[in-house]
Amino acid sequence: MITLDGVTVRYGTACALAGVSEQVPAGQWLGVIGPNGAGKTTLLRSIACLAPHAGTVTIGGQPVAGLRRRRLARLVAYVPQLPELPPEMTAGDYVLLGRTPHIGYLRMETDADRQICAGLLDRLGLSPMAGRALSTLSGGELQRVVLARALAQQAPVLLLDEPTSALDLGRRVDALELIDELRRERELTVLSAVHDLTLAGQFADRLMLLDQGRVAASGPPASVLRDDVLVPRFGPGIHVMAAAGGTLVVMSRRPGGRSHP
Amino acid sequence: MATAALVAAVAVGVSVGPAGLPLPAVGEALLAQLPWHPGLSVPAIDVTIIWQVRLPRVVLGALVGAMLAGGGAAYQGVFRNPLADPYLLGVAAGGGLGATMIIITGGSQSLLPPAAFAGAGAAVAVTYLLGATGRHRSTTGGATASIVLAGVAVAALLTAVQTYLQQEHTQDLQQIYSWILGSLSTASWSDVALILPYAAVAAALLLAHRRLLDVLRVGEAEASTLGVDIARLRLTVVAAATLGTAAAVAVSGLIGFVGIIIPHIVRLAAGASYRIVLPVSMIGGAAFLVLADVAARTVQAPSEVPIGVITALAGAPFFLFVLRSSRARQELA
Repeated sequence: MITLDGVTVRYGTACALAGVSEQVPAGQWLGVIGPNGAGKTTLLRSIACLAPHAGTVTIGGQPVAGLRRRRLARLVAYVPQLPELPPEMTAGDYVLLGRTPHIGYLRMETDADRQICAGLLDRLGLSPMAGRALSTLSGGELQRVVLARALAQQAPVLLLDEPTSALDLGRRVDALELIDELRRERELTVLSAVHDLTLAGQFADRLMLLDQGRVAASGPPASVLRDDVLVPRFGPGIHVMAAAGGTLVVMSRRPGGRSHP
Repeated sequence: MATAALVAAVAVGVSVGPAGLPLPAVGEALLAQLPWHPGLSVPAIDVTIIWQVRLPRVVLGALVGAMLAGGGAAYQGVFRNPLADPYLLGVAAGGGLGATMIIITGGSQSLLPPAAFAGAGAAVAVTYLLGATGRHRSTTGGATASIVLAGVAVAALLTAVQTYLQQEHTQDLQQIYSWILGSLSTASWSDVALILPYAAVAAALLLAHRRLLDVLRVGEAEASTLGVDIARLRLTVVAAATLGTAAAVAVSGLIGFVGIIIPHIVRLAAGASYRIVLPVSMIGGAAFLVLADVAARTVQAPSEVPIGVITALAGAPFFLFVLRSSRARQELA
């Protein structure tokens, strides 16, 4: 269980998050949505203790702010929006970096660490790429390699910042499907910032809509993906439709319709 | 390959000099000093040349080269900056000022190494205190840029003081200048004994951090989410590298270029992982400096060319050659 209580982050005089409170039960997926600059990334960064915050973030009852890095890395795995990918590093070595919180300060990886990573590479269909340099992998492969590194931490909480932004639409669904499978397999609690509102509604158990650092709405997807909730934040170029089977589709539209005949 | 280069360099270093000694004679002279030597008829003068002149100089050169190249590789890793060299945080300026003060006050030659060592260490300590404890501190301890900038400021300040002192004591300029250019010409076993403990501790500490420096290749923020305490890692690596380079500066003066080109040549030839870059840079740096010293004492014999001139003259073109011939593999940081 993740509990956010009055989480506030200031960058200088600008307030990036203003008193965000939320609870995410263990094993659930919370989709964090909102327009650019709403505070989605800042929220994930404050849970990962990368942004100094006021208020408290607790995981399983423990406040994250007081934890040592190593302890925190065993609780929370964080995938940033644009991970740094050393071009020469092999996919296998990169995934092995995820074992760091389980390896003593000046120790080296053990066979057990290598086996865990080999299992993950296999699970994510990356075994053939294990020996290849990151610079030679495709966007979809890189996205899975980064995910594999995060899973190698064996942390119960997975924070994903726009995990699919570099992928085409088909790959996005595949990637989120994979995350969902892994979440069930490993009982992970997932918090992800997502731009694609339709996909967010299809995969997340709950959505939290941030606007200017505040929680504008939060609840099951059907209670957040509504025109009266979204349009004030995203503008009139957005419209929610119920497709066949009840799927909520958030589409963009040109407010005035086509301007030429 | 680097180890073979080091062995060859040591062999050349011991055998080449004003008194040309063929390798078999070198071998015999080395054996002759051992307690159980099989009654070799080696001239006593050869034994003395090998044991008291050549060998300490070669060993010292190897240690200094290993420290400068290893320190450079470590700084490049911990500051994630391909232009970092072992003198980045003020080791050279501090060591130079320490040595200058001994020279102008007419202190004994034996005080030069401890003064240079103390100056070098103090300069880095001041840099670190100024850079790492400002308002730049973030939750990741990300003060890298401010530490590097503090190093620039501290080095500029100390160099200015040193320049002022030199101008006030022009009669000592020659001696100060020859120290600054770096030399192994006065190498003795006592110099080796002086640097060896520091070099051993520095090398052991740096090598022990090779995996963590690899983790740092994904950036400070990501490395900290992987459980790395960035502030502790940086402090330990900087302290170890400073110990090694300050000891090197203390016994050899300021030898430039080794700490920046050797690690990059290793990266270009063998990949960017610090598991390779750190040990191979140390061995390669040792071999390179031994050979550079051979050139320093032979190209203009009987006088010596400053070794810093040789490292730059030989190192820069070789570095450019390696850089151009390995276009495809250029991850510099």
